[in-house]
Amino acid sequence: MLEIKNLVVQIEDKRILNGLNLTVNKGEVAAIMGPNGSGKSTLSYVIAGKEDYEVLDGEILLDGQNLLEMEPDQRAAAGVFLAFQYPLEIPGVASMTFLKATLNAQRKARGQEELTTPDFIKRVNAAAQQLEIPKDMLKRALNVGFSGGEKKRMEILQMALLQPSFCILDETDSGLDIDALRIVSEGVNALRSPDRAFLVITHYQRLLNHIVPDTVHVMHAGRIVKTGGKELALELEANGYADYRESEAA
Amino acid sequence: MPAVQETIDQVRLIDVDQYKYGFETEVEMEKSPKGLSEDVIRFISAKKGEPEWMLQWRLDAYKRWLTMKEPDWARVSYDKIDYNDIYYYAAPKKNPAPKSLDEVDPEILKTYEKLGIPLREQEILAGVEPERRVAVDAVFDSVSVATTFKEELAKAGVIFMPISEAIREYPDLVRQYLGSVVPVTDNFFATLNSAVFTDGSFVYIPPGVRCPMELSTYFRINEKNTGQFERTLIIADKGSYVSYLEGCTAPKRDENQLHAAVVELIALDDAEIKYSTVQNWYPGDAEGRGGIYNFVTKRGDCRGRNSVITWTQVETGSAITWKYPSCILRGDNSRGEFYSIAVSNGMQQVDSGTKMIHLGKNTTSRIISKGIAAGRSENTYRGLVSAHRKATGARNFTNCDSLLIGNQCGAHTVPYIESKNATAVFEHEATTSKISEDQMFYCQQRGLSEEEATALIVNGFVKDVLQQLPMEFAVEAQKLISISLEGSVG
Amino acid sequence: MADVTLMKTPAETALVQAFESAKTALPGNGESRAQAFEQFNARGLPHRRVEEFKYTDLRALLREVAPFAAAPSADEAKAALAGAKALAGVEALQVPFVNGHFMREAVDFHALPENLEIVPLAEALANGHEWLSRLSPVPWANDNPVYQLNTSFMADGVMIRVAGPVETPVHLRFVTAASSAIATATRVLVVVEEGASVTLLETHESTDGANHQPNDVVEMIAGDRTNVQHVRVNAEGDKALALSTLAAKIGGEAVFNSINVTAGAATSRHQVFALLNGENTHLRVNGATMLKGSQHGDSTLVVEHGAPHCESRELFKTVIDNEATGVFQGKIIVPHHAQKTDGRMMSAALLLEEGGSMNNKPELEIFADDVQCAHGATCGQLDEDLLFYLMARGLPKKEAESLLVQAFLGEALEFVENDAAREALVGTVESWLKARS
Repeated sequence: MLEIKNLVVQIEDKRILNGLNLTVNKGEVAAIMGPNGSGKSTLSYVIAGKEDYEVLDGEILLDGQNLLEMEPDQRAAAGVFLAFQYPLEIPGVASMTFLKATLNAQRKARGQEELTTPDFIKRVNAAAQQLEIPKDMLKRALNVGFSGGEKKRMEILQMALLQPSFCILDETDSGLDIDALRIVSEGVNALRSPDRAFLVITHYQRLLNHIVPDTVHVMHAGRIVKTGGKELALELEANGYADYRESEAA
Repeated sequence: MPAVQETIDQVRLIDVDQYKYGFETEVEMEKSPKGLSEDVIRFISAKKGEPEWMLQWRLDAYKRWLTMKEPDWARVSYDKIDYNDIYYYAAPKKNPAPKSLDEVDPEILKTYEKLGIPLREQEILAGVEPERRVAVDAVFDSVSVATTFKEELAKAGVIFMPISEAIREYPDLVRQYLGSVVPVTDNFFATLNSAVFTDGSFVYIPPGVRCPMELSTYFRINEKNTGQFERTLIIADKGSYVSYLEGCTAPKRDENQLHAAVVELIALDDAEIKYSTVQNWYPGDAEGRGGIYNFVTKRGDCRGRNSVITWTQVETGSAITWKYPSCILRGDNSRGEFYSIAVSNGMQQVDSGTKMIHLGKNTTSRIISKGIAAGRSENTYRGLVSAHRKATGARNFTNCDSLLIGNQCGAHTVPYIESKNATAVFEHEATTSKISEDQMFYCQQRGLSEEEATALIVNGFVKDVLQQLPMEFAVEAQKLISISLEGSVG
Repeated sequence: MADVTLMKTPAETALVQAFESAKTALPGNGESRAQAFEQFNARGLPHRRVEEFKYTDLRALLREVAPFAAAPSADEAKAALAGAKALAGVEALQVPFVNGHFMREAVDFHALPENLEIVPLAEALANGHEWLSRLSPVPWANDNPVYQLNTSFMADGVMIRVAGPVETPVHLRFVTAASSAIATATRVLVVVEEGASVTLLETHESTDGANHQPNDVVEMIAGDRTNVQHVRVNAEGDKALALSTLAAKIGGEAVFNSINVTAGAATSRHQVFALLNGENTHLRVNGATMLKGSQHGDSTLVVEHGAPHCESRELFKTVIDNEATGVFQGKIIVPHHAQKTDGRMMSAALLLEEGGSMNNKPELEIFADDVQCAHGATCGQLDEDLLFYLMARGLPKKEAESLLVQAFLGEALEFVENDAAREALVGTVESWLKARS
């Protein structure tokens, strides 16, 4: 599914990723854990195609296609979805309008028919209900005045509608209380399927109690330094990242 | 829901620099001699079969105009206009005053068909809900060629007709109100208009009547070297209500053409007038050749207590726009509103805004202006809010935001806020910004192209104003904005 | 409107005569004076049709031109300075001017603080000092008629060079002491060299009861990485027509704070022309104006972001009592190349009684697309709910008003870094309020 080889990335002359290698298979839920500043968010932005980052070396392949040669919207159409750590506010654009515009843009890019309005509303309502998103929230401008939890639920709603094949959750648990965390996790778990892969980026083990990963990668100083099963997350929770820092120092 | 997808499709379909309404109609025209003189004014007045007082009014205006200088305070620059190189009157030769649609030159009917303006009542009736109907006055160069639903409106007591006809049929009403809001001597262009105005609409809503349908005038400049000088007068008598729409287009030509209109609104006690404009005159080509010079004086007088006047404008066309739809808040508790979207692209120059003059007690006003500059255009908001000594309890809220797309354009804000009353409370805020890179990336991450994302974000930016437009107009305006910005990204 | 050629007013004719008779006696070669006066005279005194003077019609306000004063005698000067009170409690190096003439006797040139040089302007003009080429650092100020008049008539002043950090504040003290009306045209140039820092106090006082006509210009060139703190006080006499200009060109990575506090003069107009000439500079221009009776106070400001990545903040507070008139005109200009500009301008006015007027004209002129600019303007009365709350707690109305007015003006004063100066300004506000009740 996703294959990253020897990825080297810098921003404003500062090296963030240092020859990162990562493979995520179809149907797999992979977690990336690491201390602040280890390059986790950079990785998610580079996969999605944010402009500010300079890729010096390496490649990112999604089902064999080279993502680095594509614009962000082409990557989205190819199946990449990034749930932002800080979702953007777009004043004046109702959430419903935004959802419809994006869904149809992607369907078009994939050569699918656009949805009729009733069909679209049916899908949104179904997804919204599952995420406990009230209807009036959909009428409001996208993310404007939403609480942290509401914004995150809106991200998962978009994920559910767009049906991407590769989902990145960037610190989705940050700023969520326990109820919101449960709702968001249930939303994600409902989307787990043999055709879809997830990359769950998180600082804490807490989220992984709800979204149980198949593999856990530890990231430090722009590289994956350890890979294991879900028990690795528990180990990190108990011991912290200190071991990795020390190994770096040594 | 706003037609975002349609907007995007529209953007895709249309090439840069393609003005959709730029075709020309081949009709044989009768014109006044070129240039401006007393004789030309007498010619126009005679063509319209006007009474003597009207001719005198025009001639007085002309004499005054000869002593005036073209204003130069606006932030626009253009080559000097040669006022003697313009035809001040041009009307279709075949039957300039048709009694029914059957008498109208078929070429002209085709023009309106192409523009999507319904002139046949029965066609409108088919499949349209009654309350969604719109009565149309179609002005082609210097004359009104058709006015629809006149009879049905007459049943409600509403007078809706070309102003040249009203001067003959309701001279007392016209005489009482014409020039009472925009005096003959008001400004260079208004005085010129007073001397040479050819047609436009006249509306009178009797006391207590809610006008049963939207009224609209569709202005088309077709003939070359011709100026259009229309005059609109709307009177809402006590307790009445009317919503009026105005649309404008012109063919693509290499020369500039002058449009100098005057619109006067009068709202008596408890009356309300909503005036909406979608201005889409030919803006000129990408290099700034051709396009309409749009010098317009629009003013509303909230003469009665509790009266309300709302101006809503979507300005996408014209090479130069110079217009400040204003409200004189004379009646106690009266309210004035101004909602504006001004989009400029290519080499367009816009200097537009409003004046809210608070004279009466507890008068309120609200200004929402959204300027979008792209290409190499200049876009200026210029506005005045003033409270006079007796305007106790006056309130104003102003919000004007500008958005720049690209680094070759300019966006300017020039508000004048003058208070002579301690109890008046005025609040003004203005911002200038660009579409943030983060917003763009977010939209693109969800699959929208750069152009689609821009259209979406701009539509959000102007939403507060679009909401003020009647539904059909809102959809059209939204398309127009996206088309106007076509080619401005990337 | 019909185009009419305006007749010369008596004041304009008097200015021509004054210039003709004074020009040979004024120091310097006179070329730039003649040029400035010619430019002024071509248009005459600005009136309400001249956009920049729309709210302050000098043609109507300046009826009679007062004579320019000769240098005072030593005793007169001493007496005048002894009576000067503005910012008197702030410890500073005194650089006094009486009736438009620099009082060199009051400055000990041998004991100037380190990094500070002072050159008397009259002398410099007379012998063509090399610093003269640095006068007029902000090009567009030359188009301003008030500035042109100052250039035409400037008789004296000083040029100051700050070569490094100067700890002691420098106090430019302008005093006009004469029982009958006199005019002054003083010019001060302050050059703050790269990396240097200085606090400049500037006060203007004149005797009550006479129609004095000061027209003073302070110019500054602040180099890269400089820090300039500027505090200006207008405490002119009650009949004065006071015109003043601050023109500043500021380099990169600099900090420049200027505040003007106005309570004096019958009519005043303070103009600020600031040009940000290097990247990453922070500019703050504040104003606190208190007007009563039939006073007219105008604050006019033009800030040009001539370089990218600069931040400017302008905050102007105006309190208007009785039938006074306040004017604020502010313009932020952002040219094409000044990307990442962050500019915010706010003008707020309080009208305390029926009869007052406030005219606000905040402008943005923007040509760069990646900027954040905003302006705001408000105008209204004191918050009635707050007044009621304070009165319900037992404060008499005037006291409650005073408290709220102090808080209102205080927002503009709080950026003054020099503690003693800030306290003195707060004191000015307090005594203005006390005089009102």
